[in-house]
Amino acid sequence: MEALPKWADAVLVPLISIVIAFAISALVILAIGENPLEAMRLMVEGAIASTYGWGYTLFYATNFIFTGLAVAVAFHAGLFNIGGEGQATLGGLGVALVLLNVAWPHWTVALAAAVLGAMAFGALWALVPAWLQAKRGSHIVITTIMFNFIAAALLNYLLVNVLKPAGQMDPATARFAAATVVPKLAHILGAVGIPFNPRTPANIALVLALVAAFLVWILLWHTRLGYQVRAFGKSEPAARYAGISPVRITLWAMLISGGLAGLMTVNTVMGEAQRLVMNVSEGAGFIGIAVALMGRSHPVGVVLAALLFGFLYQGGAELEFWTSITRELIVVIQALVILFTGALDEMVRAPLARLFVAIRGRR
Amino acid sequence: MDYAAILSILEGAIRLATPLLFACLAGLFSERAGVFDIGLEGKMLAAAFASATLAAVSGSAWVGLAAGVGASLVLAAVHGVASITFRGNQLIAGVAINFLAAGLTVLVAQDVFALGGRTPALTGAARFQSIALPFAETAATIPVVGPFYARVISGHALLVYVAALAVPATWWILFRTRFGLRLRAVGENPAAVDTAGVSVTGLRFAAVMICGFLCGLAGVYLATALGAGFVKDMSGGRGFIALAALIFAKWRPWPAMGATMLFGFLQAVATRYPRLDLGVVVVPSQFIDALPYILTVVILAGFVGKAIPPRAGGIPYVKER
Repeated sequence: MEALPKWADAVLVPLISIVIAFAISALVILAIGENPLEAMRLMVEGAIASTYGWGYTLFYATNFIFTGLAVAVAFHAGLFNIGGEGQATLGGLGVALVLLNVAWPHWTVALAAAVLGAMAFGALWALVPAWLQAKRGSHIVITTIMFNFIAAALLNYLLVNVLKPAGQMDPATARFAAATVVPKLAHILGAVGIPFNPRTPANIALVLALVAAFLVWILLWHTRLGYQVRAFGKSEPAARYAGISPVRITLWAMLISGGLAGLMTVNTVMGEAQRLVMNVSEGAGFIGIAVALMGRSHPVGVVLAALLFGFLYQGGAELEFWTSITRELIVVIQALVILFTGALDEMVRAPLARLFVAIRGRR
Repeated sequence: MDYAAILSILEGAIRLATPLLFACLAGLFSERAGVFDIGLEGKMLAAAFASATLAAVSGSAWVGLAAGVGASLVLAAVHGVASITFRGNQLIAGVAINFLAAGLTVLVAQDVFALGGRTPALTGAARFQSIALPFAETAATIPVVGPFYARVISGHALLVYVAALAVPATWWILFRTRFGLRLRAVGENPAAVDTAGVSVTGLRFAAVMICGFLCGLAGVYLATALGAGFVKDMSGGRGFIALAALIFAKWRPWPAMGATMLFGFLQAVATRYPRLDLGVVVVPSQFIDALPYILTVVILAGFVGKAIPPRAGGIPYVKER
């Protein structure tokens, strides 16, 4: 199985998969009578040609870094956490409860508290499926799917019946106090002399996301727990034989995964909306799957893949504005990326491996 | 609550259970053969869109049915190629199919009809109309049983009766034919089937395509009988409820009918009573919405009976070389 050099496995396979996914997407655009090159130009122009575009691209990318890391950590433990949506929903609830119930004096303390709230609620929502998998053998994919729906129903109930202020029509919480407003990316960059459009939602959570990516890297490759998580994911019997407790690893991996998924709401709920609304996660929990698969579950890969999806998300919004192509094009691209990097991996890998063997044989 | 209200809820339960039943039986074939399928939702959605589109253009529900089943079969083939031929991760392939359907349906609907991701409303022959069973009118005068026959059993679209017949048919195929025996064997121990000289790939592909066919019927029913046209995300999680029902039924056909009827009943109750007042407590509709998922988690946890999936489920078969 060593036919493929490591760099080809890490870089070439995902890149080829992306090219195939994009080529098929281009055919879809052609089929509905639009010009794929023109579409690409519009997306680039809308997403990265101005600091306004970048502001949105980075805002979306922040969400996807968190959810991508969440899926990636679980992947390393051999677990498929499809419940990022539900964990993010609960994370948003954590952020809202923390920010609504305490009169925070300054945004720094509020941010720290919101981070803890988001992580705790997200982690707890992942803990139940993790415990059921570890102790009762219930398939974690099914339970996390079920927990997504339960979370949506729970939030719906809480917003309509409990958290909505009296006299308000739309199901949402009250606005958070002004003291909890976190600095926008424009202010941070402005402080070091870089001009940036202030009318974009990108905020300090981007920095948090990058820190989270770094910490996940430390955790997975430089701590005892991370080593055990990876060992467990590679081979459960071997890990068990080495004295690693499957229950402990499953619980820890899912707690961390759920916590990371919950963290994305620090970006959306605290950083942008300043109140909790329905559908907190906006599908970012699912995009995390594509991001983790494409990023080969490595924090660097996840950050790069999240940037690409941030670009697609913002570019897609621009595309909808200027052409008859709806935002759903991004969902199609996302599906194709998941299909080719996740399920049809072997289709890309096998011919490439044969090619490398042939080249080596000639030398 | 009077008898008429009960009848009306039961009638709604049957209508809402039908797409769940089709999808549940679809998943049953696939998973019994050892191929996990969380892409039921996507196949259903694609079928709903294709059937609504073609029915709208042609004016015939039957053309819609063919198109819907065809669309679902195409996605089933993608699932088969990814998870059987290339031995990819079946769960990830399922996720991809769900998104592919969610994206493509709206994208194409907007391009074709420009109605914000819908198809035009279907009328007349473009929909499957309700069928009055024989003697429904005369039987209605018989007390208790008569109205039940006339209002609950009679008066559904053709596909409702097809779904009901699909249950004994599934049972017969799986437990009384050679194909069914082999199909179940390939989900438990594919190596044994292979040793006996039967193609594992062939059997699994057959199961996945049957799954696609049944998901197609579920989607067609959604768009051309239960609803009147396609709207964005109209499957609304039904593929996942069907998956829940499949676990609830422990991968068996008759219990699948029971589970989907129960979940259909819950949906009918939630639709009729947004706030169900039980005297002691008021049950919010959100709780009833979440109940199928909660029940499934409880069943999966093994506190009430144990749900054990087919043993080779989810594992691609690698032939010994």
